[in-house]
Amino acid sequence: MSLVAELRVRLVDVRFEVAAGETVAILGPNGAGKSTVLRALAGLLPSGGPVSLAGERIDHLPPERRATGVVFQDYLLFPHLSALENVAFGPRCAGVARAQARAVAAEWLERVGLGEYAKAKPGQLSGGQAQRVALARALATGPRLLLMDEPLAALDARSRLEIRAQLRRHLSEFAGPSVLVTHDPLDAMTLAGRVLLLEDGRITQDGSPAEITSRPRTEYAATLAGLNLYRGDAERGVVRSGDAVLVTDSGLGGDVFVAFPPSAVALYRSRPDGSPRNVWPGRVAGVDQHGDRVRVTVEGVLPVTADVTPAALAALELAPGSEVWAAVKAAETHAYPA
Amino acid sequence: MKRRVPAALLGPALIGLALLVLPLAGLVIRAPWRGIGTRLADPAVLEALRLSIVTATCATVLAIFFGVPLAWLLARVAFRGRRFVRALVTLPLVLPPVVGGVALLLVFGRRGLVGEWLEPLGITLPFTTAGVVLAETFVAMPFLVIAVEGALRGADERYEEAAATLGASRLTAFRRVTLPLAMPGIAAGAVLCWARALGEFGATITFAGNFPGRTQTMPLAVYLALETDPAAAITLSLVLLAVSITILALLRDRWVS
Repeated sequence: MSLVAELRVRLVDVRFEVAAGETVAILGPNGAGKSTVLRALAGLLPSGGPVSLAGERIDHLPPERRATGVVFQDYLLFPHLSALENVAFGPRCAGVARAQARAVAAEWLERVGLGEYAKAKPGQLSGGQAQRVALARALATGPRLLLMDEPLAALDARSRLEIRAQLRRHLSEFAGPSVLVTHDPLDAMTLAGRVLLLEDGRITQDGSPAEITSRPRTEYAATLAGLNLYRGDAERGVVRSGDAVLVTDSGLGGDVFVAFPPSAVALYRSRPDGSPRNVWPGRVAGVDQHGDRVRVTVEGVLPVTADVTPAALAALELAPGSEVWAAVKAAETHAYPA
Repeated sequence: MKRRVPAALLGPALIGLALLVLPLAGLVIRAPWRGIGTRLADPAVLEALRLSIVTATCATVLAIFFGVPLAWLLARVAFRGRRFVRALVTLPLVLPPVVGGVALLLVFGRRGLVGEWLEPLGITLPFTTAGVVLAETFVAMPFLVIAVEGALRGADERYEEAAATLGASRLTAFRRVTLPLAMPGIAAGAVLCWARALGEFGATITFAGNFPGRTQTMPLAVYLALETDPAAAITLSLVLLAVSITILALLRDRWVS
């Protein structure tokens, strides 16, 4: 029962597939069109292209006939109904008798660990509890497709950890395809087996979390992974990117990406001698604390971020405006075809 | 330091306030409080009061039955000419009620556009209690429609979307989600509508006439009594004033805060 969607609505122009039982995260910055994708899949917006579930076209169906469970960002639990009545709402709409629907709802509340909150109104629930009721409500209809909009964004840090673990379990039990959209890379990478990066309405990268963090293909992906990323023309591992030349030990040719972590960059006040073959001058643009390291942004022919220790920063007497040399060993760079 | 209120604003403001309050104060001061109990118990007064309450309540029920769906249409369905329809709905708000009464006569009168067809069926509306209800509905329903439309626009439409993803048809979502969420607005609109219907004069007297026990509501009785028995008119006015104050108290959380 896989999902095949081709969406052309507003700025969004994407095509993707999600297999049965697979969870795909659509990760992108704000305004990339994530919510538009979700709303189009749910039938709340016209999709502008074919959407099929298990080989059956659903894009002509109104939302109430799509059998799609949606967990909304702020949950949208009906404030005038109790938790139980919220969860029973879907089964009732499907024509299930009241008592039967309530039994199903009670079972789902039990399953998300909220059995004793059946009578509580949404206003009396904590954020994490409301999230679980919303999930139970979406699943109680027996949906064929599960959609989640920023499922953890409204939670505080502590309940986030707990809910994330629970959500993983429920997602792994769900038989159909699930799609979640988020701007939080951690949510995307911990909840989904596959991540689609969505930028300006287009899918810019599609792969497992490990692939995306080790081989970013856009500025945004590189920022998510915390890597320096360049694109250029390679000839036997020597990459020309603009006016700069990067030596890698890949031996690749053609259009390539080169990525390396900020920790691989060493900074010097004068041109270093010796082994690193990638050395270029620049000027410090910014200095920020980053965990127990200091992140230095260097502008120049090859803009780069470098992580140094506070001690090194002090020894180098670095401040915005300082002239520096940045160096990276060829062995610490990672080149891959574009 | 406290800033002075300029006399050029304070003066007119106080005169305006006096203009609104003095007549009501006069009504209370000059009321024939002695013997008011027996006046109120006068069968004619009670009859007018009963008729007013019954017709205003019927008019409100009709206004809810037809007005809430109309408000939903205006708030939720983007159709061509929606602004025009909304303008039509609000027209009775600004139309002199007596003009409404004349218009109703032309449509529902014996020779009227619709009345012509109703007469052979044995249905006569002008100069009947049903006519009073119709006139009051015509004048008061816009209040309800406007209030409910405002409440529906204020209600988060995404709850209806959530209901749709759970399998609810538009009608089910309206019934089980929209309506309960908009209930405070509907209740406020209904009270406003009822108050307007209770005080209706112009359209009623034009379309339904002034027959005691059949079409003579409180405002009509007040107007008539003023010529024959001023004390009775004042007493009836006091009753209507009391009703108005009660309504204001009921709605205070909504508008007077």
